[in-house]
Amino acid sequence: MTKISLTVNGRLISAEIEDRTLLVYFLREHLRLTGTHIGCDTSQCGTCVVHVDGKAVKSCTMFAAQAAGSSVTTIEGLAQDGKLHPVQEAFREHHGLQCGFCTPGMIMTAVDMIARGAASDRAAIRRELEGNICRCTGYHNIVSAIEAAAGQMAAKT
Amino acid sequence: MIPYPFTYHRATSLAEAQSRLKGEAKLLAGGQTLVAAMKLRLAAPSDLIDISQLKELSFVRREGGTLLIGAGTTHHEVATSQVVAASIPALQRLAEMIGDPAVRYRGTLGGSIANNDPAADYPAALVGLGATVRTTRRDIAAGDFFTGMFATALDEDEIVTQVRFPVPERAAYQKFRNPASRFALAGVFVAKTGAGARVAVIGAGPCVFRVPEMERALDNEFRPDAIRDIAIDPAALNSDIHAGAEYRAHLVGVLARRAVESAVDNAAADHSGMA
Repeated sequence: MTKISLTVNGRLISAEIEDRTLLVYFLREHLRLTGTHIGCDTSQCGTCVVHVDGKAVKSCTMFAAQAAGSSVTTIEGLAQDGKLHPVQEAFREHHGLQCGFCTPGMIMTAVDMIARGAASDRAAIRRELEGNICRCTGYHNIVSAIEAAAGQMAAKT
Repeated sequence: MIPYPFTYHRATSLAEAQSRLKGEAKLLAGGQTLVAAMKLRLAAPSDLIDISQLKELSFVRREGGTLLIGAGTTHHEVATSQVVAASIPALQRLAEMIGDPAVRYRGTLGGSIANNDPAADYPAALVGLGATVRTTRRDIAAGDFFTGMFATALDEDEIVTQVRFPVPERAAYQKFRNPASRFALAGVFVAKTGAGARVAVIGAGPCVFRVPEMERALDNEFRPDAIRDIAIDPAALNSDIHAGAEYRAHLVGVLARRAVESAVDNAAADHSGMA
């Protein structure tokens, strides 16, 4: 067992966990933050993407102990004061989902991509989505949502 | 999927990491291969020694004609480094082609080469550039470092600290991805260096290898046509459900010519190998 302290969605959390606890299980089962999904469990589908110290990473391929001392943001932490994040809003506006299972990972990846200035055009967005799989194959609207959010966020800054 | 139990340690110094590295203990850097292998229960270390927070392992630096990259430097850092882009653009592009953005944020140079997956990209760059691997104990020439499939010259308690890349006159990397897994079915790194041309191949065989016939031909004339008639013997290449050895042998020839073309004409897109 290991005692860890980390910040999750702005809240300081301390917990005693088994060393082999993956970050995604810590978030889902210890903190009950079930917005982060487990899809493939083999680091390919990206539905478990969260931000660790501002970087979009796959929480199924990282132990919770590795995140000790870090700041983690999950899909639950994006909306502020009851207002959706611009990327969430754009996914709703452009219907960037079908079944919705991949959506939390898509949005967390998109937020990181836009922050890096990597969502420059549709081809770039598709390249950047290499690690996120939508099995409904609804990529067209996902790309449209990210493109719109990137444009909107750039206009605001 | 849950790995077998182990004890986690976060190393605060290289010396501490080294002292803990014994028995069934393993180093944990980015974990993008090791954690996946542990979940599949293909690996069951007794202890994981996390070296990802050791700042001394994370750097990119140019010293004269040599580019130094710390073992803990992530693929993302290499792919976005101005120093790498200015010194060896082919290396920057290679890093940009590894895995996906989330994997590149965590995966490291040292982790990739110590694992020596036959389809990993970095071994091609190290052998193709004639790099030197510096460890806690010694310097190892890249050609001696990669000894076989998932095997290296590293001793059990030896840690890679940096890779020293001689800056070439020109270089390029081309790979052909499996359309599903995106791993390289074959990848070829070519370089024109002061000491001659170098051609290194990954993905096609069990371990990175050079192609001396191509290197001699490119020494005479560094152009794609110079290696057009050089065939790769499929006998020693991999054959699996993804591709047969003869197909891989053919790919190596095609990719080598594309890489030379791309090295000659820096404006040429380096992504033409993307299937």
